[in-house]
Amino acid sequence: MHVIESGNVAAATGVKLARVQVIAAYPITPQTPLTEKLSEFVESDELSAEYIPVESEHSAMAVCIASSTTGARSFTATSANGLLYMNEQLHWAAGARLPIVMCVANRGVGAPWTVWNDHQDTVSQRDLGWIQLYCSDHQQIHDTVLKAFKLAETVSIPVMVCYDGYLLSHTYMPFDVPEQAQVDAFLPPFKPTHFLNPEEPRNFNTVTLPDVRPDLHGNTAPGYMEIRKTLHSDLRAALTEIEKIDGEFGEAFGRGGDPFVEPYRCEDADYVAFCMGSLSYQLRDVVDAMREEGTKIGVIGLKVYRPFPDAAVRDALTAHKGVIVFEKALSYGNQGALYADVKSALYSAETRPFVHNYIVGLGGREIKTHHLYDALTESIKNEAAIGDEPQWVGLKL
Amino acid sequence: MRQDIIEIRWHGRGGQGAITAAKIVANAAFKSGYNGVVMAPTFGTERRGAPVYTSLKIAREKIYDLSPIATPDMVVVLDHTLLEEVDVTHGLKEGGQIILNTPKSIDSYDFGAHRLSVADVTAYALEAGLAPGIVNTGVIGAFAKATGLVSRELLREAIRHEFSAMKPEENARAAALTYDRTVIGGA
Repeated sequence: MHVIESGNVAAATGVKLARVQVIAAYPITPQTPLTEKLSEFVESDELSAEYIPVESEHSAMAVCIASSTTGARSFTATSANGLLYMNEQLHWAAGARLPIVMCVANRGVGAPWTVWNDHQDTVSQRDLGWIQLYCSDHQQIHDTVLKAFKLAETVSIPVMVCYDGYLLSHTYMPFDVPEQAQVDAFLPPFKPTHFLNPEEPRNFNTVTLPDVRPDLHGNTAPGYMEIRKTLHSDLRAALTEIEKIDGEFGEAFGRGGDPFVEPYRCEDADYVAFCMGSLSYQLRDVVDAMREEGTKIGVIGLKVYRPFPDAAVRDALTAHKGVIVFEKALSYGNQGALYADVKSALYSAETRPFVHNYIVGLGGREIKTHHLYDALTESIKNEAAIGDEPQWVGLKL
Repeated sequence: MRQDIIEIRWHGRGGQGAITAAKIVANAAFKSGYNGVVMAPTFGTERRGAPVYTSLKIAREKIYDLSPIATPDMVVVLDHTLLEEVDVTHGLKEGGQIILNTPKSIDSYDFGAHRLSVADVTAYALEAGLAPGIVNTGVIGAFAKATGLVSRELLREAIRHEFSAMKPEENARAAALTYDRTVIGGA
């Protein structure tokens, strides 16, 4: 059934259909309507879950860590400074291999204070060991939430579902909501292999020495470094699982099919714009306009940022003359983090396109379609002259 | 850049229900076969009573650009006193429509080349049994009549759905009364 609702409600609807068991959250703009909707669902018994209001985001993640350790399907959501306040617990959730799902309504980070959209919050958290998925519209938000639970529980790694604050969180558009029975068939109840259980006492995440050591039974137990290597290997292997789950979702619901990158008019393109989130959809209109003028151009939206799908990115980009990376974040003092990742993925390619970096929409600066058109035109025209420095779009200096 | 998108800007005051009004129209339009529907409120810092606006874009195909409307085809004004505070015609296309809730007659206004439609929504909503100041359902009756974008029946259905727990019949009646009494001017 199609409904017209906000992106936050699309997320909440997905969380409800996932039959989440524990929700712990602290409201922050622009995530607030998502947690309000979930508390309504719990209050009206539409969702049978424990809703735990907490006094901070740090506690929200701590509660999710505890509940997930007991084997309960757990969810939270946040934005910007709230996400960063969780930071220590985020590392913990990944290291403890807990399949928590968290929505992040992307927002710029203070100071100076802003409540509006960019990607600095989640991009700055790329090295946690969490999986990060990005959405371009409400259907993707809703569907990605469902896939995220399945993915997290399959690979025992927490997943962030990222969507643009305001642009998606507060905008209304139609999306399809599946029947509960369909979702139940796709996402069965969470059955962890080990969990906190008083009947069967275990130690969880005790102090780990620099080197390996024998455990109680005389077997060699991994040290810190072995455990971290396993997290990394499992994150890399999760790429296969992401593809598999996307296929299963497609079979069940008839949607999806581009697990890593979502291309638009790229087959014969000389140039490709590359970015994450709703911007990739806005760029489709620019691509259409430039195509009408005879420029062979396409756009690709990246849907998985961590683990970075470098093989898929390389395959998608190597055949073109130029790649223009648009980013709503910056690794301050260097370049856009996504730009660096794209270049790194292309390093081993036999033919390499030129790659440019454009910074857009920080702190909610309105991204005008003609600004994107101008940036792409400039990039194509001045290919060699632009170099490695990030270019700023729509800057009024 | 796309020419097939109908852009409608809704002017109201914070708390007046402009977002709900636009959402009802969005639902009715979607049911009429407009698959592309995007409604974007003013982002950030709304205050009760302060002028706010909401962008509604409607097209037959999916809409990808979420940026606010710059050159609307139509503007809907929920409160005629806003005319003194906001340039509601800003960016309005030549020959574009203005739908205005006002107790004054259509002859009291001159919007040049734009087409004006008026209705005393505040009075008709009271007559329909709504509390004073509830104008959002009435004004979409005027919108439907002036633009022909959504039918009277679909509108009624969409209103009943949105207000299923809050005076659905009164809200639907406010829209119907306004629909029948809206005065449509020429250019």
